[in-house]
Amino acid sequence: MVNNMTIELDLKGEVCPYTFVKTKLKLEEVESGEELVVFFDHAPAVENVPRSLKNEGHKIMGIEQTGDRLWKVRIKKA
Amino acid sequence: MLGGFNEEQIRRYSRHIILPEVGGKGQKKLLSSKVLCIGAGGLGAPIIEYLAAAGIGTLGIIDDDTVDLSNLQRQVIHGGNVGMSKAESAKQFINNLNPDIEVKTYIERLNANNVIDIFNGYDMIVDGSDNFATRYLVNDACVITNKPLSHGSIYRFEGQVTTIIPHKGPCYRCLFEHAPPPGMVPSCQEAGVLGVLPGIIGVMQATEVVKYLLGIGELLVGRLVYYDALNMTFDEIKMRWNKNCPICGEVPKITSIQEEIYGDSCRIW
Repeated sequence: MVNNMTIELDLKGEVCPYTFVKTKLKLEEVESGEELVVFFDHAPAVENVPRSLKNEGHKIMGIEQTGDRLWKVRIKKA
Repeated sequence: MLGGFNEEQIRRYSRHIILPEVGGKGQKKLLSSKVLCIGAGGLGAPIIEYLAAAGIGTLGIIDDDTVDLSNLQRQVIHGGNVGMSKAESAKQFINNLNPDIEVKTYIERLNANNVIDIFNGYDMIVDGSDNFATRYLVNDACVITNKPLSHGSIYRFEGQVTTIIPHKGPCYRCLFEHAPPPGMVPSCQEAGVLGVLPGIIGVMQATEVVKYLLGIGELLVGRLVYYDALNMTFDEIKMRWNKNCPICGEVPKITSIQEEIYGDSCRIW
């Protein structure tokens, strides 16, 4: 369970559907089982992106609000 | 840049990337694919339009004709270009729609002498030709060079589409061994054609090309879709590999592309 390298994607300023499109593109570069952390400031993305990712078989490991309009979503690649 | 796409490409292809069957990987396959379109007329216009929009990285267009006012009833990409070479007009359309696409134009007729050289640079061939000589030349050259082929043809209110993967399914000659004799079937000029018809058939061909390049779905291999616009019906005709086929049979009679088989001008009617 050691995962030293956390892969992050900053999508602050991005809106739907590009929040999902960009998360998906980044996930394609990540190995299966690895974790990707994505930062959003677009509220609808916090619901939409995890739902779309689950549809593609990925796991949502956690959704955390880290600021007034700032969210951090942890995704495990299928 | 993200996953090899620039910001504009992410937006342009987002509706593809979102599809689980395509994704960034599939879109990259399309962008690195090379497709040759035979003709930029009734079928070629919609084929070119949608393949360019889909981001097929290299599109070859061969057509020796120029845009005529009578073409604009169906060949919508050529608007405003009466008198211009169809291949050049198509290139102009593509450049405006999607600057990602590299366009190669061949302002010449496809014939027995140039077909193999031209085909060699492409992953797939789409036949949008309007005559039997070219159709048989394209089929035979695809079998010989082992290139997948999307076939489409139209007549008045009817059209047909099939996909030929040489040596994995039947070819056009397996179904129709020889062209009808000259004069038996009237050409589009004589017979007329409903303007929307090539749009439907051409877009079905483009669909098959995109599916083949992505490796998704079931192709029209061994199946010929026959569309009747007047009755709005789609029928499917099963095609079988013909072991006596002169080009892809067990003992092919045609083993190379010889001019005398196809006629020098490819116009047999």
